[in-house]
Amino acid sequence: MKFSVTVTLKKSVLDPQGKVVQQTLQNMGMDYLVNLRQGKYFEIEVKENDETKAKEKIEDMCKKLLINLVIEDFKITKI
Amino acid sequence: MNSSVIVFPGSNCDRDIAVALEKLHFQNKMVWHKDMSLPKSDLIVLPGGFSYGDYLRSGAIAGKSNILKEVIKAANSGCLVLGICNGFQILTETGLLKGALLRNKNLKFLGKDVHVKAINTKNKFCNKYKKDQVLKLNIAHNEGNYFTSTEHLKELEDKDLIPFKYCDESGNVNEENNPNGSLNNIAGIFNNNKNILGLMPHPERMVDKSISNNDGINLFTSLLN
Repeated sequence: MKFSVTVTLKKSVLDPQGKVVQQTLQNMGMDYLVNLRQGKYFEIEVKENDETKAKEKIEDMCKKLLINLVIEDFKITKI
Repeated sequence: MNSSVIVFPGSNCDRDIAVALEKLHFQNKMVWHKDMSLPKSDLIVLPGGFSYGDYLRSGAIAGKSNILKEVIKAANSGCLVLGICNGFQILTETGLLKGALLRNKNLKFLGKDVHVKAINTKNKFCNKYKKDQVLKLNIAHNEGNYFTSTEHLKELEDKDLIPFKYCDESGNVNEENNPNGSLNNIAGIFNNNKNILGLMPHPERMVDKSISNNDGINLFTSLLN
């Protein structure tokens, strides 16, 4: 079973990289851009046929290594 | 005093810290990250560098290495642990120190000499410094922007767990002299027991007047006190 994990910096954490990308797009004339945050993305395949159990396994990976819970939020989606 | 310097693939300040420790007659051993046990150590140093190429997050992979399990055990039993630069990042990734080191606010790698003020000197690591003494130390990092929760930041200030803050050469601590965007100009922090110190500046680069200055040497002589 395959999942994606999207990681973003928590709202309370400054994202200078995202800010620079946002400013650049706005400078390019895309003045309809309201807000942009940069993050990262994982695609993970696990040996597990039960979706709930598979999600739990992915969540365990996130909490133990992939995510720094002090500064990051994450979202797991089945793909 | 027995010291151990942990070496990861990508560490690049391990020899510098070993030279500094040996200059002060520490009985030092280099310990490879794959080792399963630590030699007898009064002090464990996690050196600067780019362990595992900073993959995932700075310090994240090193934090899960074999030897770190032993470092965590030793730290929790009161052994002195010093994490410099990447070592500080590893300490936050393991949870031995709270908070995290984010990318520098200006998105630039910073390699330069800065001033820091000795805020708390009543501890094992800084007792040879005078309170409010201004030191000139070198920084070399991309992720040195210290971040933590509002509650923990208050705890750090209230319990005097901040040994060093970035300042100007007269000792003024303000945003203008904050090189990386760290909360409250924090350059280093302790755990509650003050046996674990993490700091971004490199004291081991400042132990010899003929190549830099010796503002960093008292961090090591303090330990011998």
